[in-house]
Amino acid sequence: MDLIWQGLAKGVKLLLSGDPEIYEIAFLTLRVSGLATLVSLVLGVPAGLFLAVKQFRFRRALVGAVNTAMGLPPTVVGLWVAIFLWRSGPLGALGLMYTPAAMVIAQALIATPVVTGFTMASVQQLDPKLPRQILALGASPLQFWWLVMRECRFGLLAAVMAGFGAVISEVGASMAVGGNVRHYTRVLTTAIVLEVNKGNFDVAVALSFILMALAYVVTFALTAVQQRHRRYVV
Amino acid sequence: MRGTPYLKANLARALTAALAILLVGLWISGCAKEKDVILATTTSTQDTGLLDVLVPMFEKKTGYRLKTVAVGTGQALEMARRGEADVVLVHAPKSEEQVEAEGHVINRRLVMHNDFVICGPQADPAGIRGEKSAASAFRKIAQSKSLFVSRGDDSGTHKKELEIWAEAGIKPEGQWYQESGSGMGQTLNIASEKGAYVLSDRGTFLSLKKNLALIILVEDDPSLLNIYHVMQVNPEKHPGVNARGGKAFVDFMLSDEVQKVIGEFGVKEFGQPLFFPDAGK
Repeated sequence: MDLIWQGLAKGVKLLLSGDPEIYEIAFLTLRVSGLATLVSLVLGVPAGLFLAVKQFRFRRALVGAVNTAMGLPPTVVGLWVAIFLWRSGPLGALGLMYTPAAMVIAQALIATPVVTGFTMASVQQLDPKLPRQILALGASPLQFWWLVMRECRFGLLAAVMAGFGAVISEVGASMAVGGNVRHYTRVLTTAIVLEVNKGNFDVAVALSFILMALAYVVTFALTAVQQRHRRYVV
Repeated sequence: MRGTPYLKANLARALTAALAILLVGLWISGCAKEKDVILATTTSTQDTGLLDVLVPMFEKKTGYRLKTVAVGTGQALEMARRGEADVVLVHAPKSEEQVEAEGHVINRRLVMHNDFVICGPQADPAGIRGEKSAASAFRKIAQSKSLFVSRGDDSGTHKKELEIWAEAGIKPEGQWYQESGSGMGQTLNIASEKGAYVLSDRGTFLSLKKNLALIILVEDDPSLLNIYHVMQVNPEKHPGVNARGGKAFVDFMLSDEVQKVIGEFGVKEFGQPLFFPDAGK
């Protein structure tokens, strides 16, 4: 138990002392996971909208696949992305293996199904008359999608949070395609694994506090946006 | 909602554009790889902290960026075989010779050594303390069915452990023989928690000792020698590798300056060196 207090104290000390390596690792974590979440939004929100409102063959099978992929193990994603990015792999010429970009790709693949699933669910909760009404009022396609998204903004923000939460906490994919290279691809989760292996448990606990604080700050900011206009207050 | 194909077209266009932007962005960020050297090495060089000293030295001296991927020796050699690394620093001479014979690595050089130690709980239930031969210590552990934690990850240490079992004429299996499937540090933690025996390189054991309820019980058997070689991945077999960068790292490891750093590493903290420089021997 002492370790937790030592770790907390150490974490605060590391942050206050302005240890450049800690800040470097924390910023990289934020950059990689933030970028991956953005990419997953660009891909996942349209896909979720599409799956929610369209009717086509194999839709149910596809929705099932998306829902399954919401729980994709990061290690599996890491392995598959690595196979593509290796020098001997189909995308090897891009030279992406062991770069932050590779981590963004892997994390985006982890977050995209999560965002898609949440988006789909939140759109499907809307009043079924709503889309027809919007179109009947003469909305352009752009206006249509914008209004639909506005109507389910709570769900969409939940999608952002779930996607970000999934990637900032994963270690398997970052380790596999990033390689935990110091000053380059070391993020908080891979640094924690390393410190545990080195037997520096106090540093590992300190880093875990920093990770949780970072996740909380980001999620809190999103929550503040989400909860601005609550509809049901009893 | 049916019969609105223009919505679908819009969506498809937006998706394609997004993907294109993504790929271009990745391509740009992926450039500048000439300066990168990928070193595949074992967890022991990372977990002891030796790399934290050597990597900045190398980068400052040569201007390359060294990307260290610390994995088990088996995986590091497999990376060499596939041309995924430029240079390799590992400790499993027999496997290295095989990869060298296959032509995947060249310029293989002796860098340093330390040794393996058999660690266990103070109580020593199998009674191996002071045993001269590693093989007979292993035999006693097996006969008394005392808990033993193996790396089980095809690392250099795991290969050495299997050699010793073979020498002892024992096929380790059963409740008492557990495979952790993880690195040296993690495996030592597990053995410590369970009060089990474990084979470790001396360097990692010393640097983790403060957290462990384990002591060294058997050491100094010649068969426990732990030898590290550095080698370049063969650019003729794998055209993608950074041959110049790989050679620069081999030369760096063999230089007098680095050999001296290796010999002094850990002396201040542990009162004894963790590695013994061997270049040119």
